[in-house]
Amino acid sequence: MACNSGNCQSNCSQNEQVAQDDSIPAPTTGSDDGANNQQQQGVCLKCKVSPPISSGGGGSGDEARFCGDCFRTNLFGKFRLAVTSHAMITPSDNVLVAFSGGVASRVALQFVHDMQQRAQRNYEASKDRSLPVFGVGVAFVDESTVCSISNDEVEEAIQEMKSTVLELAPPVKQFHVVPSVSLYSSGSSDEKDRLMKLIGAVDDVTGKDDFLMHLRMWALQKVASENGYTKLVLGLCTSKIACHVIAATVKGQGYSLSADIQYVDARWQVPIVLPLRDCTAQELNILCRIDGLKTLQLVNDHPSGINGLISSFVRLLQEENPSRESTIVRTAGKLTPFHFNRLPEINDSSVPLATLRRQKRYNLKPQESISSESFCPICNSPVINSDLPSCGSLKPFKFREFAASCCPSCQFQILPQDQSSMKEFYSLLPEGLVSRSKHKDNDNLDMLREQVQDCLLSNSDDET
Amino acid sequence: MEEGNTIAKRAGSRLCCLCNERKPALKRPKTLEQICRDCFYNVFEEEIHQVIVGNHLFKAGERVAIGASGGKDSTVLAYVMSELNRRHNYGLDLFLLSVDEGITGYRDDSLETVKRNEVQYGLPLKIVSYKDLYGWTMDEIVKVIGLKNNCTFCGVFRRQALDRGAAYLKVDKLVTGHNADDIAETVLLNILRGDVARLSRCTSITTGEDGPIPRCKPFKYTYEKEIVMYAYFKKLDYFSTECIYSPNAYRGFAREFIKDLERMRPRAIVDIIKSGENFRISTSTKMPEQGTCERCGYISSQKWCKACVLLEGLNRGLPKLGIGRSRFLENSNDNRKEAKRNDGDRSIESKQCGSLDF
Repeated sequence: MACNSGNCQSNCSQNEQVAQDDSIPAPTTGSDDGANNQQQQGVCLKCKVSPPISSGGGGSGDEARFCGDCFRTNLFGKFRLAVTSHAMITPSDNVLVAFSGGVASRVALQFVHDMQQRAQRNYEASKDRSLPVFGVGVAFVDESTVCSISNDEVEEAIQEMKSTVLELAPPVKQFHVVPSVSLYSSGSSDEKDRLMKLIGAVDDVTGKDDFLMHLRMWALQKVASENGYTKLVLGLCTSKIACHVIAATVKGQGYSLSADIQYVDARWQVPIVLPLRDCTAQELNILCRIDGLKTLQLVNDHPSGINGLISSFVRLLQEENPSRESTIVRTAGKLTPFHFNRLPEINDSSVPLATLRRQKRYNLKPQESISSESFCPICNSPVINSDLPSCGSLKPFKFREFAASCCPSCQFQILPQDQSSMKEFYSLLPEGLVSRSKHKDNDNLDMLREQVQDCLLSNSDDET
Repeated sequence: MEEGNTIAKRAGSRLCCLCNERKPALKRPKTLEQICRDCFYNVFEEEIHQVIVGNHLFKAGERVAIGASGGKDSTVLAYVMSELNRRHNYGLDLFLLSVDEGITGYRDDSLETVKRNEVQYGLPLKIVSYKDLYGWTMDEIVKVIGLKNNCTFCGVFRRQALDRGAAYLKVDKLVTGHNADDIAETVLLNILRGDVARLSRCTSITTGEDGPIPRCKPFKYTYEKEIVMYAYFKKLDYFSTECIYSPNAYRGFAREFIKDLERMRPRAIVDIIKSGENFRISTSTKMPEQGTCERCGYISSQKWCKACVLLEGLNRGLPKLGIGRSRFLENSNDNRKEAKRNDGDRSIESKQCGSLDF
């Protein structure tokens, strides 16, 4: 893995490998002799100058091997490689960073800011000012209406976040606080009640947890598209993805799993990018500690239900073998992605040629031609056609049509089981969620149209 | 659990929710329905019958061997297979096939159970032993290699042993008692170990159709708990101890997790199998090419079949041979002395056989 940092030594990729190995070499193995001596003297493996982060040998493998600077460079290198090789952020982009206050999103925000600052310096230093600097915004989803957090706690947290974002300037970043109720566009007073009733209609503990997560995503999408953002950055790290792999398997979502774990997810209106995909939670924790990055934990990090069971399972496996998370993600990475797991080719002339070329090279070629996928209106996962009923019989009732178009997992754990509760559930849903399910079909047509655009003669669509 | 709540409401009526006539005797592990004994037998047997018919597992007139270990899965399998064979006229010739791995305190006891099954169900029995086939018992193997990786040896040897026994009996198919819990554990295990090739095959109900003996798993969607319940109510004779070497197996992690999961959401087990069937795995993923073993003629994707590689290791006092990724032989003196055989070994070792470290 090439590290783009300037002070990286040529043996950096070897050190990455050492960090990822199944068996962390004990200091006395003879495999890397040079490092052996240094470690016993307490020097960083990479720069061989500074002492490692924890010289007492009490910390994790990485802390005992690298000094703070080299560790940070390594980690930022992974971030930068992910961003550049997938053209996640281009100069013309307006990037929204989803911020929960937690470790991963804090690091994501910091790294995105560092990248933006660098771009700003280059811009000011260049004579022709040809490359504009991408914009960055920060969004926090305020779930205090639906979770049991006191208003004071939330207010305090929001103030802290505001000050954090203010410190990360120049360039200035806008901070959006997105309350859950913002999903409802009516602006009427009963939206809070509607939301509470909607969440309350979900019986299953895990289903409720997941439903809140989906609503969070829709809220982020809404604020992103309403404010002109072109990309949404999530701080999803290797550890979280490993949990998601197991969760999707356990909930019967094996088909859609490969869609959720790629670097790029363009099925959303504002494409989602995961620049921290290759970083483990442990690494992110270390960085926050050594750099003094403030993090806060509003949302309960130990969810109940199946999600909680899974995170303790993965933790157990990780203790038994520190590279298990990476293995799980690597395995899932071998599943075939979908056609929307790559960004559409950029036609913008302001984007440097190098970025375009790189994007072409890394863009995953779909194994099959673009297939028209159906998406679950709640979780947006692609649904296998065999799971969808034939539409004819259900047309008269919209709520039945809606329920039938959801994926089996959402149908089981989120949607109410009996007809009358389902009807009420449907009436409580935010309008955006309901109407969205109809728009998706058009997107597929648009994609096909793009391919044959140059040969079409008529300007209008005679048939839709 | 929301399912539990709705079922609890029905329990107020205090009648089996399937027949509405008799008093419920149990809560069905798969669906948590409260049903009577007879309805449980019916629904249990009927679901298996549907799996057999729906997946076209058998043809009339076939000779079928039932892998019988004396444990609950194979005993219930033998019982249900003979029952359904009779009731629905499958027209099958059924046999019992048992493998003696040579584990004292475990296998010698369970074999007694199988011998009793032979009499109880009237099915002819054939026993094949590791000692006869390979010259080693599992106890001897464990003494040499220790308690890690011994499941690898046993599993590989058993597969071949079953095939040889099946060939001796001249059967067309082999059925094993792998249940839904087993398959769900295997799916998870393959994700944890990074084995995408196996991940794509492990949920198939029939495997080895292009090999010596196709094997099928009629219990693919049957919960382990329901099998135990069936055996309990029918008072079937089975041996209920776990293999004495199993506590150290990596599978234990997956098993614990699935047991916890089942308590929260019973249908999760079938959901895992469904996910496994639906994983998008490219068919151009590196799949092993099928050939034959140079030493014994058994089906193999490498030059030597795994059993031969492992045996070589045992016989030459190199217990790690065939375990883990390819490594160079530790004792280089051997190379010069046995140059000819080493060439064969080198080419085996240089082939990626996938990590078997449990």
